[in-house]
Amino acid sequence: MTVAADVRTEIELPDRSETANWWSRVRQFVRRNPLGAAGAIVIIVMFIMAALADFIAPYNPVANAFDRLHQPPSLENWFGTDQFGRDVFSRIVYGARTALLVGFVSSFIGASIGLVLGVGSAYFGGRTDLIFQRILDVFMAFPLIIMALAVISIFGTGAQNVIIAITIPFIPRCARVVRSSALAIREMPYIDAARANGFSHSRIILRHMVPNVMAPFLIMITAFVGQAILLEASLSYLGLGVQEPTPAWGLMLQGGAEEYAESAPWIAIFPGIAISLAVFGFSLFGDAVRDELDPKLRSQ
Amino acid sequence: MTKLLEIESLQTHFFTSAGVVRAVDGISYDVDEGETIAIVGESGCGKSVSALSVLRLVADPPGRVVGGSIRFKGRDLLQLSEEEIRDVRGKDIAMVFQEPMTSLNPVLTIGRQLTETLQQHLHMSREQADARAIELLGLVGIAEPARRLKQYPHHFSGGMRQRVMIAMALCCNPKLIIADEPTTALDVTIQAQILELMKDLTRRFGVALIVITHNLGIVARYADRVNVMYAGKIIESGTAQHIYHDPQHPYTLALLRSVPRMDRPRQARLDPVQGQPPDLTRLDGGCAFRPRCGFAVSRCASLPPLDGVGAGHLAACWETETVAGSLQRAS
Repeated sequence: MTVAADVRTEIELPDRSETANWWSRVRQFVRRNPLGAAGAIVIIVMFIMAALADFIAPYNPVANAFDRLHQPPSLENWFGTDQFGRDVFSRIVYGARTALLVGFVSSFIGASIGLVLGVGSAYFGGRTDLIFQRILDVFMAFPLIIMALAVISIFGTGAQNVIIAITIPFIPRCARVVRSSALAIREMPYIDAARANGFSHSRIILRHMVPNVMAPFLIMITAFVGQAILLEASLSYLGLGVQEPTPAWGLMLQGGAEEYAESAPWIAIFPGIAISLAVFGFSLFGDAVRDELDPKLRSQ
Repeated sequence: MTKLLEIESLQTHFFTSAGVVRAVDGISYDVDEGETIAIVGESGCGKSVSALSVLRLVADPPGRVVGGSIRFKGRDLLQLSEEEIRDVRGKDIAMVFQEPMTSLNPVLTIGRQLTETLQQHLHMSREQADARAIELLGLVGIAEPARRLKQYPHHFSGGMRQRVMIAMALCCNPKLIIADEPTTALDVTIQAQILELMKDLTRRFGVALIVITHNLGIVARYADRVNVMYAGKIIESGTAQHIYHDPQHPYTLALLRSVPRMDRPRQARLDPVQGQPPDLTRLDGGCAFRPRCGFAVSRCASLPPLDGVGAGHLAACWETETVAGSLQRAS
């Protein structure tokens, strides 16, 4: 038993404290990727607005005030008031809730279903994979908005249905991307080893393959949130999404743009800026996450 | 001794667009309990596929076991349902793969990968499994096993990963371990350590071992019996003594001559096996080694059977006497 006695470990990295480590990583991220950090700030601001809307918003977002219609931006109403006298700033703050809720829930559910389907499709391969991919092709043939419109026309409007309508077109898009990474993972010896250990298909897919495709999955999610917010705004703008009087950016844009674009432009401009900033923030952050997770880009 | 594994005329074919590849074409051998068997042959001769066939791990499509039987403790593994074979894998028959660098999942901790098998097959609790995993890591010679359990594969060197693989293979007390070129990817000093470890542990726990290798040094030292494969068939089978000192098949002889040996003068040139291995889609009915064989005669156009040439020694060649004679003259 001399040989099996001792194999000493290699060099150890010094243990740094958890928080210091975290901070230095944040600083590094900001230095390496200032645009991504800007995106992150937009997202954080959105989150704060959504979480603390009750404290931030100076007015009730759904309270009409018929004595203060179409007020231009002033010290009392920072972004002015709309055609029902509601405070635009308050509605934007509350609108962040709708946007984040729809954005995160739909992209998370859509991407997760797509993740499992994509990895499963890659794992089983062969005919299963072929049939499955052709079905996804059919779904992918529709542009995001058309697909969402079709779903809305089946289920009807309302926040919950908007989430479903945005979730469904995300599934094939995520499944496609994840499948291509999973195809490479499937050929790794550790998957053969897992099979040789007698694990079931579902266990291999969920425990052994899914963690290996987390990088593309996270990138997809961040990219999806921005898209979902835009999609929700588009649906609301078309009157097929969230219904009045719920504060939602797309809805506000529509209410303002059609009649008051010239007489009271602030009603449409501020929600428009909010939508653009949110989408821009998420896509910048998504790109940054991709760069962070891709070791090939990381060294630069 | 009872037979642990009996493989009978196993045939595994791959159905490709270029034709049917007869990767394993009718091989038979037995493994006794606690015995170490080596399967030797050059790349592409079907030795890995024959081992994967035992656990039904050949990718289907394109591969399929088309004939024969594999009886493990009397049960034909080829007839088992998917659930039943899953229960055999890892529990009764474990496997150690060639590539220690990629045979461990990079995103799961070593402990997680070790305990998963224990929880799956022996239904251990988390604490029991952890304790057993620590014990196993100690057994395969990894220092500070409790701390190591929480680490990821990239914290381990190649040799240590192979130790972890061996620990994983041993974890459910299997009856048989199939090691597919367990040392090929390791450097030479580590190879010896790993082999000693495997030999020691299999002997200690009475585990039978099938070692697939192209390294004849391993064969001489560790194997009780040796099967030499060529083009999907076993062409010679015998004890390590037989194969080393009394080879009866020209291919075995050629293999031995292509390896440097300490007991030969250093100036002696190595004799590589001439030519290329045959295309497995285009085998004719004759001896597959015939085109590369120095002893070939006209009779070789018909397939020689694997016949006994001595006690426990089989060879598939028409000209065994000439081969044995040439060896006598040479030495």
